[in-house]
Amino acid sequence: MQVFITSPISLERHLHRASVFARRVILIEDQVETSGAFVLHHLIKRSLSIESSEIVIFVALSKPFSHYDRILRKLGCNLVAQRENGKFIFIDMLKLECPDGDEGNGVGGGLIDLYRKIQKFVEVNASTSPELNRCITVMMDDLSLLEVAAKGSSTYVLDFLHYCHTLTSENGCSLVVLNHSDIYSSKTGSTLILQMEYLADVVVQAEPLVTGLATDVHGQLTVLNKGAIDEHGGVRSKLHNFHFKVKENSVEYFYPGSRA
Amino acid sequence: MAATRSRTSSFSRNQSTSPLSQIPGIKPGPNGVTYVSSGIPDLDKILGGGFPLGSLVMIMEDAEAPHHLLLLRNFMSQGLVHNQPLLYVSPSKDPRAFLGTLPSPVLSKDEKSRGSIDQEQEKGLRIAWQYKKYFGENQQNSDRNATEYCNEFDLRKPLERHILNAQRIECFSIQESPSLSAFRDRCSSFVTQTSRKDGGTISPGRIAIQSFCAPQCCYSEMEWDMLSFIMSLKSMVRSSNAVAVITFPPSLLSSSFSKRWQHMADTLLAVRAIPDEDKELAKLLTGYQDMVGFLHVHKVAQINTQVPVILEATTFSIKLQRRRSLVLERLNQAPVDGSSGSSHDVSGSCSGGSKSSILDF
Repeated sequence: MQVFITSPISLERHLHRASVFARRVILIEDQVETSGAFVLHHLIKRSLSIESSEIVIFVALSKPFSHYDRILRKLGCNLVAQRENGKFIFIDMLKLECPDGDEGNGVGGGLIDLYRKIQKFVEVNASTSPELNRCITVMMDDLSLLEVAAKGSSTYVLDFLHYCHTLTSENGCSLVVLNHSDIYSSKTGSTLILQMEYLADVVVQAEPLVTGLATDVHGQLTVLNKGAIDEHGGVRSKLHNFHFKVKENSVEYFYPGSRA
Repeated sequence: MAATRSRTSSFSRNQSTSPLSQIPGIKPGPNGVTYVSSGIPDLDKILGGGFPLGSLVMIMEDAEAPHHLLLLRNFMSQGLVHNQPLLYVSPSKDPRAFLGTLPSPVLSKDEKSRGSIDQEQEKGLRIAWQYKKYFGENQQNSDRNATEYCNEFDLRKPLERHILNAQRIECFSIQESPSLSAFRDRCSSFVTQTSRKDGGTISPGRIAIQSFCAPQCCYSEMEWDMLSFIMSLKSMVRSSNAVAVITFPPSLLSSSFSKRWQHMADTLLAVRAIPDEDKELAKLLTGYQDMVGFLHVHKVAQINTQVPVILEATTFSIKLQRRRSLVLERLNQAPVDGSSGSSHDVSGSCSGGSKSSILDF
C-alpha cells in the first residue's frame, strides 16, 4: 500500500488487474450527487485502446451517442471511427419500453429482444474471428432504467442479467453495469442490487464526500476486488478507497488527505 | 478598434459568428450545449447560463408552500417573452387560468436604471481613462446579452394579454386524461413541432409540468408508469430543441421512488419554504425578513461532459426584492451577537441547531 502513496494512483491498477482475465463482471454504483459515469468512460476508452483487441457492446439507456462521442473524443478516443471499425457497437435503447398488456410476449418481451440482439453480436464476433479470440465487453449505462422499462418487475431484469452473465462464462465476455445504489438503500425488496453485488467480481462505488462538495475533490471511490490474488497465491477480496477529481481528459485519483 | 481586436486570443471562440446568438433567448455554452434562460437572472448565473436545451429539469416542491410556482412562472414567462412555444401541463381542471398569473417583464425602469449605472461608471472611469475601452466593451456586450437573454420579471404585474394571445401556448390538464399514453402523445407532438425548423430559425420549446405526481392526477397507483413516462419524455426532449421542467412533491413518493425520479433529472433543484417566525434562523442569517424560502441545487446538468459542476454554495435564499422581482442570494451568516452568550455562539457557527442543520453555508 505504501508504495502507491508517492506515485499517482491509477485506477487501472485496481480495476484491470482484475479484467486482464476475461469473464469479469464489474458493477459501478453511484448516487444522485456523484455520478459514476466517468468510470464507464474510462473503461470504454481502455477497451478501445490500440493495444487491446476488445469489442465493446454498449447498451445505452440514459445518454445518447453524441454525449459519449464528445466525452470520449476529449479522452482521446474516436467513437465514430471505432463504430465503423466494428469495435464499438452502440445499441440505442433510450426509447426502450416494454409493452404492457397481453399482446406479444408481455413485459419481458422487450428485454428478451434486447438480449437476443446482444447475443447475436456476441455470436457473430465469435464466429467471424475465432482465431483472434477477441474479448467482448458488454456495458450498460443505467440498470435502474431497465427496471423502469420493465415496469418494475425486477424478475425480468434479473433474468436478463443472468442471461448476460452466462455470456461471460460461455463466450468469455465481460460485463460492466452501472447502477444507482441510493435507490435501493431503503432495504425493501432490493434483490436486484444484492444479486448484482453477488455476481460482480469488482464493485466500484462512487460516493460524495460526507463533508459536502469541494472543487478539488469530487468524491470518494471504493473499489472492492473480490478475486484479487495476493502474494501467497490465495484469493481474497481487496478493498481500496481513494478520492477522485474528474477532468475533461482524465481523472485524478489520490489517497484521502494526500491532496493539500 | 485595432487594439481591442488584438487583445482577444486566437483561441477564444468568436461568439458573433455563431448563428445561434442571433436568436433571442438562446445562448451557446461549452461542449456544444445551448442554453435557454430560466427566467431568473440569478439562477441562470448559478447554473452557468441557464437550462440546457434538451435537458430535463426537476424541481422538488415544498410540501406546504407553493414556492415551486415562482420558478415555474418565471420559466414560462421568459419563454413567452422570447416568443417560444409552450406546453403547460397541470393537475388543475382549468390550466389556462394559470396563464393569467404569469409575471410580466420589467422593461422601462430597468433600462433607465441601467442607463444611470452607465453614467456613473462614465464618471468613475474618467480618471483611469486608458482602461475605458476594456470596460466599455465588456459592459456593452454583457448588457446587450442580458437584456435579450434573460428578463427580470415583476411578480405583481400580470403578463399582457396580447403576449398571451399571440403565442403558441398549449395547455393540458392531467386530470382529464386518466392514462399516461394520451399525455405522452401530446408531449411528443409538441416536441416534434418544435424540432421542425420554421424558415431556418429554431425556436426552442418549453414544457412545464406542474405537480406531476399530485393526488389529483390519479396516477398514484402507477408509479412505474410515471417513471417510464419521464424516461420517454427525457429521450424525446434530448433529441429536440426543448426543455422540460417538472415539479413534483417528493413527500408523496416513497424514498426509493423519489431517488429514482431524482436520478432521471439532468438538473435537480429543490425549494423549501421557511417558517414565518423562526427566531433561531432569524438570528443566524442576515436579511431573514426578506426571505421567502430556500433553493437547493442538487445537480447541475452534465451534458456532453464528464466533469461535474461544483458550485460554491448549494443553498440559496429566495428573496423578493421590493416585493416584485425574484432574487437568489447566497446565505450570509449574521454577525454573532456578543451578548447572546457563548453556548449559542457555538451552536450557531456549526449550524448545529436542529432546524438549521439542513442548510449548508
